[in-house]
Amino acid sequence: MFAIRFKETIEFMSYRKIAMIFSGLLIITSLVSLGVNKLNFGLDFTGGTLIEVGFEQSADLKAIRTVLDSNNYSDAVVQHFGSSSEVLIRLAPRDGVKAVDISNDVLNVLDSAGQGKADIRRVEFVGPSVGEELTEQGGLAMLTALICILIYVAFRFEWRFALGSVSALAHDVILTLGLFSVLNIEFDLTVLAAILAVIGYSLNDTIVVSDRIRENFRRLRKGGPEEIINISLTQTLSRTMITSVTTILVLLALFFKGGALIHGFATALLFGVFVGTYSSVYVASTIALTLGVSKDDLIPTVIEKEGADQDAIV
Amino acid sequence: MLIMIIGVGFLFALPNLYGEDPALQISGLRGAELELADLDRIKGELDTNSIKYQSAAIVNNQVEVRFYDTEAQLTSKKALNHSFGEDYVIALNLSPATPTWLSDLNANPMKLGLDLRGGVHFLMEVDMSAPLKKFVEETVSGFRMDLREAKIRYRRVSEVKNGAQVEFKSEEDLDNAARILKKKYADITFKDSTDEGFILVGTLGELKIKEIKENALQKNITIIRNRVNAIGVAEPVVMRQGAERIVVELPGVQDTALAKSILGATATLEFRLVDQENDVRSAANGRVPAGSELFYRQDSGQPVLVKRRVMLTGDHIINASSSFDEYGSPQVNIDLDSKGGSIFSNATKGAIGKPMATLFIEYKPTGKRDHDGNPVFKKNIEVINVATIQARLGRSFRTTGLGSPQEAQNLALLLKAGALIAPIQIVEERTVGPSLGQENIDLGMQAIMWGFVLVLFFMAIWYKGFGLVANLALALNLVLIVGVMSMIPGATLTLPGMAGIVLTVGMAVDANVLIFERIREELRDGKGPQQAIHQGYDSAFSTIADANITTFIAAVILFAIGAGPIKGFAVTLAIGIATSMFTAIVGTRAVINLVYGGRRVKNLSI
Repeated sequence: MFAIRFKETIEFMSYRKIAMIFSGLLIITSLVSLGVNKLNFGLDFTGGTLIEVGFEQSADLKAIRTVLDSNNYSDAVVQHFGSSSEVLIRLAPRDGVKAVDISNDVLNVLDSAGQGKADIRRVEFVGPSVGEELTEQGGLAMLTALICILIYVAFRFEWRFALGSVSALAHDVILTLGLFSVLNIEFDLTVLAAILAVIGYSLNDTIVVSDRIRENFRRLRKGGPEEIINISLTQTLSRTMITSVTTILVLLALFFKGGALIHGFATALLFGVFVGTYSSVYVASTIALTLGVSKDDLIPTVIEKEGADQDAIV
Repeated sequence: MLIMIIGVGFLFALPNLYGEDPALQISGLRGAELELADLDRIKGELDTNSIKYQSAAIVNNQVEVRFYDTEAQLTSKKALNHSFGEDYVIALNLSPATPTWLSDLNANPMKLGLDLRGGVHFLMEVDMSAPLKKFVEETVSGFRMDLREAKIRYRRVSEVKNGAQVEFKSEEDLDNAARILKKKYADITFKDSTDEGFILVGTLGELKIKEIKENALQKNITIIRNRVNAIGVAEPVVMRQGAERIVVELPGVQDTALAKSILGATATLEFRLVDQENDVRSAANGRVPAGSELFYRQDSGQPVLVKRRVMLTGDHIINASSSFDEYGSPQVNIDLDSKGGSIFSNATKGAIGKPMATLFIEYKPTGKRDHDGNPVFKKNIEVINVATIQARLGRSFRTTGLGSPQEAQNLALLLKAGALIAPIQIVEERTVGPSLGQENIDLGMQAIMWGFVLVLFFMAIWYKGFGLVANLALALNLVLIVGVMSMIPGATLTLPGMAGIVLTVGMAVDANVLIFERIREELRDGKGPQQAIHQGYDSAFSTIADANITTFIAAVILFAIGAGPIKGFAVTLAIGIATSMFTAIVGTRAVINLVYGGRRVKNLSI
């Protein structure tokens, strides 16, 4: 009784110009922001030291800053983390100092800040070279993922779909990165993981849609490509919505209940799922359509493929 | 089959419900096996301190004592350390309280990552230039010796990049030398040139360099493992990462300063003859003779001129202990391996009555890096002792003349733990306090529960009867994820891993949504319920497979290139995809067949 029923086919594709302009604007905004603001890379990528300490009562950041200042840590960024009794201190990598000793030294300094005994909650130190490698690896991971997926989709579908779905992925990744750049949210390893998960999710969506488009191209005798795509999108719309809802529900749980450490992760995924849903409807199909996907592209190969598919199902 | 898989999944997920007991893990020094007598001793000590404990038993040659609370655990550690600190290594631990019938089946709880249980993670980088340089030095002195033995005259032997070069006076000498050296050093490539003098250059092959590096890394890993054992940590992890790095994970360790100083210290000894033919004073003024080097005494700062040739290096040391000599001054007793013993015996044979210097070599990280990005170390050499060789020394000898008993003890500890073949630098550290670890577990559990309940609620309202079936599958999926995670030895649960489980919960229903939407469509098209179910499952399958395989690809790539905690996320995501496909397709189909199968159905609750 709750099912979303669409008697009429929704004319998705007639809005595609508006959607393209909308996406284009968002991408340009993201790229500009990435160019100007850059990404606020976290410790994992930049290297440096991060110390999270807990005090028994709420901590006075000013006092901590003063004490650190007078002990040669004037570059320290001090902020509350999670609650007012927890304090996060970040230090940039420094040359010439035995970096590993910094954390011990800072803890000693903190004890003299008159805030009571500081309880170590977390210390992270990443050497600059490790950070650089991670940045490289991270970028590489993203590229490899995109290429592997492109190959898989091209193999399973048709190059136009493959290009459409990978463009959709790139679209999602750029927008999510853009969000992090615009809002200046810290970009750490967990966010990178989240973006790869977004790639997985968005692709999931795109493939379901493409699958249906392919099926309808083969099954429906009449109707142009645009009409068939509209029909397919309408048919899969309720599934798209429901899956997005369930995923967003769990992500909300993660965002509100998962603690400060995975806020970035949850934010990236929430936004990514949102954009991913939109992009699988508009970006992937629009590009396939613009590239001129038509019945003739699918039907000749279908005859053998159909058999192969049937085997796989049974 | 379905029932069997579910049964196994449940069985292996079960140990996770039992929680953990605070425990002490007591092991013998240098891996000595503990016996019943040790157990009784420990029990006796606990009883005299009237500390209550759950159980005490010998497990894997170690004594494991379980307590009811952490307070008892901590007080007894103090008490035992006080009485037996010299004899045993005592480590705090959390032992899974898995009933024996389950652990007999090899069913154990999931391993928790450091971000959940607290502890230190170090990534250490080995400086490979040191072992290479050492090998080159050995090659140089080897060339000299071989040429001398073959009575071939040469002008000089000197070091070049990754090799050594020899200058000769005549082409004949060059040819003879090349023939002899080529035969002896198979892994060195020789090149002669007669353009400017007669020069033979021997460079290490790529393979040899790789082998040297590999050896250095392996040895360092062994040494670090020994040192970690000396700190007393339960379930430490020491493993290689890539070609030049070592990962060290010490769960539960809070005193990172101590851990760092023990792990990072690089010290080795070298024994060399003192150069008596040349004058120390003129050497101190800058005229150091070619075959010798000038160092200073650690205690008095006096200059000592020693020969370049190394009689023995510290890597042959297998044991060292401190004690007092007959005059009551501190000494270090050193035992060598058999190869070291014979080298040393040969080297001291012709040197009885001559003074021998013991050099203490320490590599201290400067924190700087060279232009290739490799860490720069400062090699610090000091003479700790000069002693006359009284007799031909063998596998066991002692060195005296140390400043204080404390110094002797420190030196013995460092030597015993092994000299690092190559200096090492910590390039990454992650410490998580125990309070944060527990908090992370609680937060992760809460997120999973909330996500799970929200999805259950939504599915039940949206799909009614079928929704309940999907919910059943989802619950099963959670059990299976936990079961599989517990089964795979290498899988650890981390905070991002928990996030992965949450995400899987949200995405796992997707397969059911696809199937159910198909069934609804088929019903709208006027198909009968049975046929609709059949068609729905069949036609949704390839879509589900495609969609999941691509997400799986992303997870695998994430696992392959991700670090630490991210790997945890990739693992749960990948496992979640596999189990969810199973429960959402096979699981729900079985239940639905059970409910609707084999009879006429008018309406589906969908």
